[in-house]
Amino acid sequence: MNLKNLYDDFRDGETIKTFAKIIQKDSKKLKRSINIMEVCGGHTHTIMRYGLKQLLPKNINFIHGPGCPVCIIPKERIDHAYILSLQKDVILVSLGDMIKVPASHGSLQDARANGADVRFIYSPLDCLKIAIENPKKKIIFFAIGFETTTPMTAVLLEMVIKQNIKNLFFHINHITVPEVMGVLLDDPTNKIDAFLAPSHVSVISGAKIYEIFPKKYNRPVVVSGFEPVDVMESISMLVKQFIENRCELEIEYKRAVDFEGNVKAQKIIAKYFKTRDFFKWRGLGNVAKSGLKLKNRYKKYDIEFIYKDLLPLTEVKDHKLCICGDILKGIATPLECKIFGKSCTPSSPVGACMVSSEGACSAYFKYDFI
Amino acid sequence: MCLSIPSKVVKIDKKANVATLDTMGIKRDASLALMEDGAVEIGDYVLLHIGFIMNKIDEVSALESLETYKEILEIMDREENKTIGEGS
Repeated sequence: MNLKNLYDDFRDGETIKTFAKIIQKDSKKLKRSINIMEVCGGHTHTIMRYGLKQLLPKNINFIHGPGCPVCIIPKERIDHAYILSLQKDVILVSLGDMIKVPASHGSLQDARANGADVRFIYSPLDCLKIAIENPKKKIIFFAIGFETTTPMTAVLLEMVIKQNIKNLFFHINHITVPEVMGVLLDDPTNKIDAFLAPSHVSVISGAKIYEIFPKKYNRPVVVSGFEPVDVMESISMLVKQFIENRCELEIEYKRAVDFEGNVKAQKIIAKYFKTRDFFKWRGLGNVAKSGLKLKNRYKKYDIEFIYKDLLPLTEVKDHKLCICGDILKGIATPLECKIFGKSCTPSSPVGACMVSSEGACSAYFKYDFI
Repeated sequence: MCLSIPSKVVKIDKKANVATLDTMGIKRDASLALMEDGAVEIGDYVLLHIGFIMNKIDEVSALESLETYKEILEIMDREENKTIGEGS
């Protein structure tokens, strides 16, 4: 096997078409339509990019989930980033996805145009160099992401402590996936029959985090890779579960995911982070136990503690025509949004779903759904 | 954001705890901080995410999947040819 196999062979057109034929055949035995929620924005992009919906029969539908860590950050927390970036002697650092997300006063790109020192990095470890090269500045890392990305922030903090770096601080917006899946199912109006589960989350946390969905909620789950063959195979596995009256947690992405996950990464997360009682998700409101923050013993690195008087907690409403919240809940698609593709486009986004590389709106726009 | 890139390990610096990866022709360094000591070796396929190796790719599983797809394709081809044959 070579590296090319890991890309090309899991994108092979003939294999995709073969799974489409198998799904078409099996779906005739379904007693009713099924709605599959693909939780992760990465999966939404694969479905759109490869036109997978068009290959599926009419009795299989997708509901786009809230698995876009930039999209779900409430406006008031993006405002924190904006406010922090304008403080004297601050360099605000975040991952690239954050650059254009609009908040009350503008995006971080706008803050930069207004004189703020905002830097976008590829890896959290890039913060170390910035901190060492700018000893008189406060480097604030605005940390975002699900379980996939949380251990990297933990490693950064560990290095800050070990190297005795005094000018690097954290604004933590890390969130976890299973709790929000439960909240969506607890809503009696939900139409979710099964989940395509986020897989890079599971690389870290293990597939074990989804056990509760077949066991307690009677919803089958398949942990799917991100290539189009992976997604089609996963849908085929879900359809087979329905026609065989099974309700199980299965892993399609066996080459990268197992039940236990990366235990070392889990331990480092547990060492530095604790669970918040609540974290607000845009469009969904407070989701219990779904957010992380630094443990109390690390509060001297926690900018929410250091600058608590500066950072407002009042809720900020979205633009009145923006339906990102409904899209993230899976009760609307971007096509139902009045401003999609008109006043809300990737170059002038109104809502976060249009900005983020994992947002449903950016997927629909990019892959020509207008 | 959660996207992660399959890469091949071409060099390991044990002292710095960093591996050099080949990602489809582009060389990048990645931290080994999330991997157990000695778990990653030159020639391994790994998942790269924001400057870190987050897991190894199980080559055996990958090959098994690809082999399964090949078999499914062959079965489908045979069934379709049989149907065409019966129809003619």
